[in-house]
Formats: sequence, C-alpha cells, structure tokens
Amino acid sequence: MESVKLKVSYAPFVRSKDSIESVMYNVALALAPATIMSVYLFGMSALILTVAAIASCIGFEWLMDKVRKKPASCLDGSALVTGLLIALNVPANLPLWMVVIGSFIAIAASKHVFGGLGYNVFNPALVARVFLLISFPAAMTSWPVPFSVDMQTAASPLGILKTDGIGAAMASVSLQNGFFGIMNGSLGETSTLALLAGAAWLLFKRYITLTIPLTMIGSVFIFTGIFYLIDPGTYASPVFHMVTGGLVLGAFFMATDMVTSPISMRGQIIFGLGCGLLTAVIRLWGGYPEGVSFAILIMNGFVPLLDRWDQSDRKAKHQKKSETK
Amino acid sequence: MKTFAIGGIHPPERKLTESSAIEVMPVPAELAISMNQHLGKPAKPVVKAGDEVKKGQLIGEADGFISANVHASTSGKVKSVKPHAHPGGQYAMTVFITPDGKDEWAGGLDNAPVDWKSFSREEIVAKVKDAGIVGMGGAGFPTNVKLSPPPDKNIDTIILNGAECEPFLTADHRLMVESPAEVVGGLEIIASLFAGQAKAWIGIESNKQDAIDALKKHASQKGIEIVVLKTKYPQGAEKQLINAITGRTIGEGELPFDKGCLVQNIGTAVAVYDAVCRNRPLIERIVTVSGMEISSRKNVLARIGTAFRDIVDFCGNLSEKTNQVICGGPMMGKALFTLDAPVVKTTSGLLFMNNAAVEKSRERTCIRCGKCVSVCPQSLEPWLLGNTAELRKFDEILDFGLMNCTECGSCTFVCPSKRELVHWIKYAKALVNSRQKRKSA
Repeated sequence: MESVKLKVSYAPFVRSKDSIESVMYNVALALAPATIMSVYLFGMSALILTVAAIASCIGFEWLMDKVRKKPASCLDGSALVTGLLIALNVPANLPLWMVVIGSFIAIAASKHVFGGLGYNVFNPALVARVFLLISFPAAMTSWPVPFSVDMQTAASPLGILKTDGIGAAMASVSLQNGFFGIMNGSLGETSTLALLAGAAWLLFKRYITLTIPLTMIGSVFIFTGIFYLIDPGTYASPVFHMVTGGLVLGAFFMATDMVTSPISMRGQIIFGLGCGLLTAVIRLWGGYPEGVSFAILIMNGFVPLLDRWDQSDRKAKHQKKSETK
Repeated sequence: MKTFAIGGIHPPERKLTESSAIEVMPVPAELAISMNQHLGKPAKPVVKAGDEVKKGQLIGEADGFISANVHASTSGKVKSVKPHAHPGGQYAMTVFITPDGKDEWAGGLDNAPVDWKSFSREEIVAKVKDAGIVGMGGAGFPTNVKLSPPPDKNIDTIILNGAECEPFLTADHRLMVESPAEVVGGLEIIASLFAGQAKAWIGIESNKQDAIDALKKHASQKGIEIVVLKTKYPQGAEKQLINAITGRTIGEGELPFDKGCLVQNIGTAVAVYDAVCRNRPLIERIVTVSGMEISSRKNVLARIGTAFRDIVDFCGNLSEKTNQVICGGPMMGKALFTLDAPVVKTTSGLLFMNNAAVEKSRERTCIRCGKCVSVCPQSLEPWLLGNTAELRKFDEILDFGLMNCTECGSCTFVCPSKRELVHWIKYAKALVNSRQKRKSA
C-alpha cells in the first residue's frame, strides 16, 4: 500500500465518453451516406476530390499548428469534417488545385486566423465554398451530369430556374429524382435522402438538435410557398426548393455547426429563421441561383450578437432581482 | 415517477455494494477525531493529552452558533491534540485517542429506546445539539440549527433525502434497507417539531427498490409518503429534490425554509433517532468503501476518527493502479492527498480509483456545443461562467448567476472538451467570497 501515490485533481472524477473526436467523427460518419451516394453518381472523380479535400485540410491544419506553435490538432476530426464538407459543396469535376486552395482558405484563413477550433466565427467549409464560387465562377457552376462517362456538364436545377425560368427548371429534374439525388449539383447536395439518413444519426446521438434545421427549412418552405401560391407561373414550388440545392446539407450539417451557431434556444430559432429567409430571398431575387452558403455565413456573423443578447438579458434579470431583494 | 424539471445527467451508477450488508468495523489502534466535522466554526477541544475519556464523552465543544459538539468514539486515553490531515484537504485540530479496548460508554448514554413523544420540542432540539448531529449527506450543516428555522418561516414540507444519486455510494441505501424503523422514527421526530402543519416525504431513487419496499412497510401507517424518484443525477441535491417532490423552485440566495421546506439526509434521521430515543451521540457512521481498485468492496460502520489507512486494511488491499482516493462520491467528492486522514461525520464514501485523466490535463478549447447548458439543473450557462472565471472578470460573473451554482458537476461530466468548468466556478466563488469578506472587514 505504501507504494500507492495519491494524486489530487478536481471533481467530478468520472467523465462522459464524449470528446471532440467523438463529436467530429460522428459528424463525418453521418456524412458518409451522402459521400457514398456522390461516388455512385459521379464516379471516381468524386472520390478523388473528397480524398484530396480531406488530405489537404488535415495537412494545412498540421502546418498551421506548427506555425502557431500549438499542440497538434490535425487528427481531432475537425479538419476531416471541414475537408469532407468542402468536397460535398463543390462540383465533382472541380480541378484539384482549386480544392487545395479552398482547403487553405478554410483552415488557415477562416479557422486558424481566429484562433483555431472553437474560436472561428464563420463556418470554414462555407467560407471556402464562397471563396471558390467568387474566384472561379465558371468552374464552380458547371455541374457534371450524374452517371455521365465523359464528364458532361450542365447547370443545376436552381441555376436553370434562375436563367431559364420555371418551365425549364421543372423539366430538368423530377421531384422524386431530386429527393433521391439523381440530378446535377455539388457532391453532397444532390441526395436529400442520404443527407436525412445521416442527420437522423446525429439526432439520435444528440450531437445536433432539430431547432436550427426545422426553423431554417421551415422558413424557406413557408416563404417560397407564399410566393408559389401568389404566382405559380414564376415561382417554383416549396418542395422543389426543398430537394434541390444545398438546403438540407446546409440546414443539418453546416448551420448546426456547434462553433458557429448560437447556444441558446432563442438564439438558435432566430439564427435558423434568418438562414432560411436569407436563403429564400437570395434564391428568388438574388444574383446567385443558390443562397444557402451566403445565408449561413451572414447569420454566422450575428452569432456573437445573439449570444451577447442572452448574456445581457441574464445580467439584467439578475440585477433586477438583486435590487428587489 | 417524479424528477426535477431542468437538466440532469445519468452517469454510470456503479452501485457495486448495494447488496453488501453493513459490516461493523472493529475499533482501530488509534483514533484521530477532527474538531472540524461540520460547516461553520471548528469545535473547541475540551480534553488534553493524558486525559482518560469514555465512549461518547464530549471532547470538542461547539464554538459559536454554527458549530457542533464532537465526542470520543471509544473509551481510552487522549494521546495528543494537534493539527492533522483532514479529508477536506486541509489540516485541522485533531484529538488523538489510544483506545483501551473496553469500549465503555460514559454514564447515562446508550439507553434502551424510550418513546420520543415524552420530550418537548426544546428538549428534542437540545438533545440533537448535545449529540453533535450534523447533516450527514456531505455539507455537514449543524442539524439543531436547521431544525430551528426563524419563527416567521412556515415549514409545511419535510423531506428525507434517500436519493443517493452519486455513483458508487450505497451508505444511505443500506441504512434504509437495514434500519427502516429508525429512519422512519427519526423522520417522525423531526416532523413532530413542526407538528400539525408539515407533511413528511421520503424521496428515493427508483434504482433502490428494496429500500422503497422496506420503508413503505414502516411509513405507510404513519402518514409519511414514499416518493419514487427517477434515477437521475443530481436528484439528491437539496434544490432539485425539493423541486422534484413539491414542484417549488429555490431561487438564488434563498434557503429551503424560504419555500417552506426542510430537507434531511437518511443518516441524519437515524442519528436524530439514536440521540433522542437512546441518548447516543454521533460517534459512528456508514462509509461505502468502493471503486475498482480495492480488493473487497463493503459498506462499513466505522467510528468517527478511523484513519482511511485502517479502512483499507479492513477491506483487503489496493491494486497497484490506484492513483486516486476520493472521499465522497465521484461527482462532488474530494481527492485525498493522504490516507492518514480520518473518517468525519460527513464521510459517505471512500473510493479507490485509477483515473487515467489525472495524469495529464485533457482540457481543450470550448467548441460551444451547448451540452453544459442543457444539463445544468440550475439553468445556468456553465461555459460562460467557466470562461468568465478564467478571464478573472469577477464583477461580471456574479450577474451570470455564479452564486446560483450548486457545484453538482453535471456540466463538467458531459463536456466533450473536458473543460474543468465546475472547478473554475468553485475557484471564482472562493475568490468572490474572500473579496467580499475583505470589503466588509
């Protein structure tokens, strides 16, 4: 017994098994169905692109830790998830060097400049997507057609809606194909079904809650629904908006990013509504066919404000209470 | 099944000793009876080296209003009175007794049970005070003070806390199973102090079915209601227990009697019964000896002052992997720095663990997942309190509800970044308190 050395530490002495790694790897696991679906639709190029995005993200994460003289965090899973999300947000035929630039923007210019994991204000994968979209508009909007051997490209249903109007857009894809993902689009935004399967896993593991996805998708549905009812000849149906574009991917996997979304329920509802309304406004009247990434990034900017609002509310309530005492 | 309204977690229960009958531990070769066994001012030693003492004789006198008497837990000779290691992590004045082996009671103590109904209210409170009874759940608040709330507070609810929501601990559980009559008797005595207006409840978590059955048999004809509570941590925290049973919420800065409630621990109830009916001071308690690193896990009835080293010898030996010994439960207990520390009145458990996490801090940055907020039973934002404490913004932190934290540790349990949230909160509380003391001085 004398050999026993006692160590003193802080309570509690039991901890849950959850860790940053388990959160991140579960998100990656939840994105697996959509990734597999994209490989099925777009072939090997999708797989190569995914691997390139993940590898470059992890590489830049390692490099940034070295530069910033921080303990290595490249295998904590967050870089993996960022890489995976970048891949799922771009067309399958995007040149690989562009993907690597995107990874650099995500990891170095939008995550580590703010202080690394936990401190970034904007979702790194979305910053990368928007950066690529603005820098390489042609490459980022020519989507490969599913199952095409020679990488034939075409516009996405939302793109057709923007340029050629509702008739052409509705003709380009059936709602059923849209749900299962047989349509043009970026790797991950095609199959609503695969995305929902992954989201169900995250909900089951309680890594995300339904607040943000429901308010975001719901507000897109209601907003586009109102205009569809007013003029079905100009505006697409809300169901069309559900299954095309990156709405489901964004609502379940990017707007719910823990680091860049509000903590309180009230904040999350406002955040979700803001994401949904901005998405709908950009899709209906904006210059770009798709607005999910812009909407989430804009709302990311409001998160510190929403959190601060909760805190000042709590303060005010507390001060009022202690005064009345 | 009732439960508290907000938050809570479900750590692995690990009630390894729930069916081990209480074993009486023999008197060790030396007893180290601390004068600091309760909340408030330590007792004043009234014996000196060389004095002969009898079992149950007063050796430390309550010093002030919030303080409690301390008694010799066996007969023998006082060896010395000097500061000694205390399970709370500090040193405290301690009376060392070398037992004479006779274990002789002092005169007038340990009588055959008498009916408590023959005593007046004042007599009962005086007996509780004389016996040195303190809250045995962990806080150690002097029970006689708790039993005499200000006259303007109308107590209508008396709750006996049998939740024992901490993992591993089974001391209260075994007491309920083995001494249900005394538990109910103690509760009746406490309830009689608020005669005619208070309803008595016993709250027990659903994972102790045998205790529920045993108490139901004794309590049903006496108007005491047994409440089955959901097995959920921190069900046994005073504020959460009151909320679960009565639906009332104890706000910041409020005490249970502000909402008409009085909560007592199971062990305290039995001590009250022993003191009032049998004239026995509080000189022993049940300690759960458990954890993965000790060869035999037991519930032992140990004399106050028994060194933890002696308990280890009584329960076999420790594995080589032992690196932490926890006094109390794993959620709110304290890690010991020495096994020389003795059992005090609030020692509910002694856990021998191999905690790999202690070798190297795994604290990472907050990823804002919000889990701490969703499990906090006091609806606080632990991440915010933790960060604010780390930044030493001690003026701001009070407005975030710092003093409303009950230090249950649920936030720290769930944190995926392994942040030491409750530690930061305790740190901030200690600094804020000492600041206020300096200001008022």
